[in-house]
Amino acid sequence: MLKQTEGSKAVAEAIALCRPEVICAYPISPQTHIVEALGEMVKAGELAPCEFINVESEFAAMSVAIGSSAAGARSYTATASQGLLFMVEAVYNAAGLGLPIVMTVANRAIGAPINIWNDHSDSLSQRDSGWMQLFAETNQEAVDLHIQAFRLAEELSMPIMVCMDGFILTHAFERVDIPAQEQVDAYLPPFDPRQVLDPAEPVSIGAMVGPEAFMEVKYLAHAKQMQALERIPQLADEFKKIFGRDSGGLVRTYRADDAETMIVAMGSVLGTIKDVVDEMRAEGHKIGVLGIISFRPFPLEQVRAALIKSKRFIVLEKSLAVGMGGIVATNVRMAVTGSGLRGFTAIAGLGGRAIPKSSLHKLFRQAEQEKLEPVTFVDLDWDVVNKQLEREKQNRRSGPIAENILFDKGMSSSAKFG
Amino acid sequence: MFQIRIHGRGGQGVVTATEMLSVAAFEEGRHAQAFPSFGSERTGAPVVAFCRIDDKEIRLREPIMEPDALIIQDPTLLHQIDVFAGLKPDGYVLLNTHHTFETIGLGDFAKERDRGRLCTLPATQLGLKHVGRPIPNVPLIAGFAALSDMIQLASVIKAINEKFSGKVAEGNIAAAAEAYALVKEQMKEHAHA
Repeated sequence: MLKQTEGSKAVAEAIALCRPEVICAYPISPQTHIVEALGEMVKAGELAPCEFINVESEFAAMSVAIGSSAAGARSYTATASQGLLFMVEAVYNAAGLGLPIVMTVANRAIGAPINIWNDHSDSLSQRDSGWMQLFAETNQEAVDLHIQAFRLAEELSMPIMVCMDGFILTHAFERVDIPAQEQVDAYLPPFDPRQVLDPAEPVSIGAMVGPEAFMEVKYLAHAKQMQALERIPQLADEFKKIFGRDSGGLVRTYRADDAETMIVAMGSVLGTIKDVVDEMRAEGHKIGVLGIISFRPFPLEQVRAALIKSKRFIVLEKSLAVGMGGIVATNVRMAVTGSGLRGFTAIAGLGGRAIPKSSLHKLFRQAEQEKLEPVTFVDLDWDVVNKQLEREKQNRRSGPIAENILFDKGMSSSAKFG
Repeated sequence: MFQIRIHGRGGQGVVTATEMLSVAAFEEGRHAQAFPSFGSERTGAPVVAFCRIDDKEIRLREPIMEPDALIIQDPTLLHQIDVFAGLKPDGYVLLNTHHTFETIGLGDFAKERDRGRLCTLPATQLGLKHVGRPIPNVPLIAGFAALSDMIQLASVIKAINEKFSGKVAEGNIAAAAEAYALVKEQMKEHAHA
């Protein structure tokens, strides 16, 4: 049913349609509205049979999900930012044990400095954990990806993060088509676990594995993600047959035919990028877009195919590999190894910095003329940065950086001024 | 695309107002996107929220920097932040006050603009009168419907019924109806002035 609703509420409804049996979560912005809504549905008896478990931390949330998934229950949780970091040990365990947990990551920056706003640092920090990661461009896609995620996770017996931009999507009211229960039931069969803790047929899960077998177990996790590269497009096709719309897949291009400059990005910023590309196309610029939906597994072949006919590309990403540059960009460059394509990295939107069309127009024009540094920090306030660098040169005890920057920006800082 | 920015303070229902505007537009078959400015909202702190309305899918995710319309839920913000930043020259302004633009110190501002697009509304009083709480958001969105004709009063009422029920819904509908009538009356006066 078509409705105007909040992203978090829409995702909660989609999760409920997937008939989860255990939901465990600890509140953290900007994810909280999702599990709040699910908690209300369980309490009201609208989502049954399902156990909603209030846990004492994110570490406990993932630990409970591991236990419930191993017991054969379809298990769901959600988190963001520091919450994801707090559960990391259990995140790796869930993947290492091959448990098909689905988790929403409402993408948010990682402190310090503490910041509640959106970027992709949190889930990208878990890129090597063995979890698959799918990025939603809109709230409709967030809804659809969760339904596909349960199917894919359970088929492969591997966990998936569905990533949606915190606040920008989670707190946005927009038009979403919430599927019917029959459609979801037709797409997503009941959970048939590969391994299950069953007193009638006892097994142990979580053996100590030494050098003689560890690599094989790890390789199999990689092999599963390689299988996912095949299954993700097929599952998107099947999704379209039942739900009637394109959602998911590995990558998606926009106005890419004959494009000389390609913009590569993930998540909701693709919408703003498409608007800018339409405006530039109208002025005759040969520019197109590559949206990456599946960050893990990373679709090297499809990314290469989408870029290879262009002359240059710029990866616009909401993440920073400190001391290196881009995270997504490094993956994209791997895909075009040996092609001779010029590649640029633009770091934008960290900690919720707005990414306006005007900045993108400027950036994309510079990219077209190849007048960019290898790594560009979009809309960085160089005056403030240079002032702090100078302060550090002048004074040994230059003080805390974040507080100094806030002071220079004319904003009060509770640490400095009490 | 029509872009609305609402300024207010934490606790005044600023975010809810944009959400209800988006629901009202959706009820008319249009695409709408509402989103807050995502602060750590505290009661009394300045809050900004946004609403876009269009006939096609809205993909843009930047904050609204050049609004077609401003709704100002708290006139004390006029001394604190530049609420008019980026407002289009022919933009609409709806201000919650029982004063006029002249008596509140915005006479010069009003002179430079199309008076048919500026309006004040005692929205807090309407909230108190009909709902028993000093929440100005619903009267203001009904007032905005009257000022701009971007949405119908009937759609605002649908949005109210989706958000509230029982006595609270009834009170809000009464507040919306009075706000709508007050703004239409003021606009008639301007048209004849």
